Amino acid sequence: MATEIVPGKAHGFFTDTSVCIGCKACEVACKEWNELPSKPGGFLGESLDNTGTLDGQTWRHVKFIDNVPDETMGSGDGKAFLLMSDVCKHCQHASCMDVCPTGAIVRTEFDTVFIQQSVCNGCRNCIAACPYDVIDIDPDKDVARKCTLCYDRLQGGMEPACAKACPTESIQFGPLDELHRKADERLAALHSQGIEEANLYGRDDKVYGGLNAFFLLMDKPETYNLPNEKNDVLPQRNNQGGYLGLLGTAVLGLVGAVIALRNRGVAARPAADSADGDSP
Amino acid sequence: MIPLAASQHFAGAPEWTWYILFYFFLAGLAGGTYFLATLLRYWGTPGDEQTARLGFYVPFPATLLGLLLLTLDLKQPLRFWHMLFNTTPGEFGLNFNSRTPMSVGVWALLVASVFAFVAFVDSLVRDGRIRLPLAGGLSAFLDGTAGRIWNVVGAALYLFIAGYTGVLLAVSNQPIWSDTWALGGLFLASGLSGGAALLLLLMRYRRVGESSRGVLELSERLFTALELLLLVVVLLTLIDDGTLGKALDFPWILLWLVALLGMLPSLRDLALRGLRVAPEGAGAASGGRVPIWVAAPWLVLAGVLALRAAVIFSGQS
Repeated sequence: MATEIVPGKAHGFFTDTSVCIGCKACEVACKEWNELPSKPGGFLGESLDNTGTLDGQTWRHVKFIDNVPDETMGSGDGKAFLLMSDVCKHCQHASCMDVCPTGAIVRTEFDTVFIQQSVCNGCRNCIAACPYDVIDIDPDKDVARKCTLCYDRLQGGMEPACAKACPTESIQFGPLDELHRKADERLAALHSQGIEEANLYGRDDKVYGGLNAFFLLMDKPETYNLPNEKNDVLPQRNNQGGYLGLLGTAVLGLVGAVIALRNRGVAARPAADSADGDSP
Repeated sequence: MIPLAASQHFAGAPEWTWYILFYFFLAGLAGGTYFLATLLRYWGTPGDEQTARLGFYVPFPATLLGLLLLTLDLKQPLRFWHMLFNTTPGEFGLNFNSRTPMSVGVWALLVASVFAFVAFVDSLVRDGRIRLPLAGGLSAFLDGTAGRIWNVVGAALYLFIAGYTGVLLAVSNQPIWSDTWALGGLFLASGLSGGAALLLLLMRYRRVGESSRGVLELSERLFTALELLLLVVVLLTLIDDGTLGKALDFPWILLWLVALLGMLPSLRDLALRGLRVAPEGAGAASGGRVPIWVAAPWLVLAGVLALRAAVIFSGQS
């Protein structure tokens, strides 16, 4: 049954990594719909992943994480490559939005984070701020770009291209409350099967206030190179300390200059007494 | 599993490189010179006026060049004005985002450029290089109490400009940059010592204001001591977040060493002379001989640049 897409209601992705097969249909669908060029052929040589990272022209990226112990010669003790279709998390506490000086990054009527291409001037402050290394400059457009959660498709009542293309329903799209319910059920099912390491990432507000694109992970967030609750930090944490440090230094600088002005009067006399300024 | 540091970083590098480096350098020097020129004119002796004029010549071209560099660094330079005006459809108006020092800094820079322009024109008038009735009135205004207040406001703005660049780096999720709150103070202290060094250097090429040499040298010593203190604070905070090794990694260690080398002349004078000023001045030629420390201001300026380069590049490596 098609999902009803209602403006004013929070929408997002629930990516269940336990059923991802690494087919990269999501990557292809994303590139096709958004008319993003493919990267020049490259071979990373570490896995089936030859995309490498998310960037300005790659808005979906299937991570292949080698979770197989090196010393294992057999089946890997049940361990295998972890697969995860990575994407912009559309954070509730979005660092990129906070630091954007042009107002180019906005929250849409679907509660997603969107970069307005006509407003962005390519300052790259958002790149320095994004804790997931999602945003990058599109070299063809010279503006910052990332997953739009197919904003144009949502406006037309269509689900995002990646979710549509995913053959295993690893990527599910829908209203956030509905996705939360599905995720909770899936997690409970996995736990009941004895898969205790399964966990939901970004389902609650412990990481960046909650993620509209949240995940079911098969290991700790660190394994997937994701910040955990302990290093959920926002750029503006340094605003107050930074400005106070600046103010304190300015005061000390002023004190230093006043000391210099007061001391020069006494010290300058010998020089004034000497016609050529050579006096010891 | 590798244990995470208190602040593990996953952010990508914004690739702020040469344009930003030289903008930060110019911002520091503009801040230092405006501040010192204001002090020398209004709280110094009449003999300091020539040096004050020299100081007031610097901020305007430095600010203009800095704005040009900032603009060129953008991927869409023609959209620089988007920093100032919101171009989101239906939301037209002024753009100001207090949560990011980039937005605060752009506005500060714009306002400060007016102060720098006034100071620049005033110096031209006082030096007799231009004779315009309006410009003459400007100088008369600056001589009064209102002029003093005007310049104090300008100096405060320029102190901000010299240091906000460090806060801008800290307000990110980049390693090193966001691991310390002291970068703003460090850049300001470095800008102040750089400003003093630049004035000492300019005095050599325009043999005026020798009476200011002592106060500039003393200021530079004290600013450098402050800079060293803040550098230690920065490095200590990096230890706390586990990124000190990254900051001091090769080749960045070479830049840190140049930054330290730039501090050496002033620290040496502080250690040997304290707050006393040698009659001939630590950096002045004596008896026709060129002393070993004649290169000191150049060394200080190289250190100011290297310090910013070390921070900018190591954070993105």
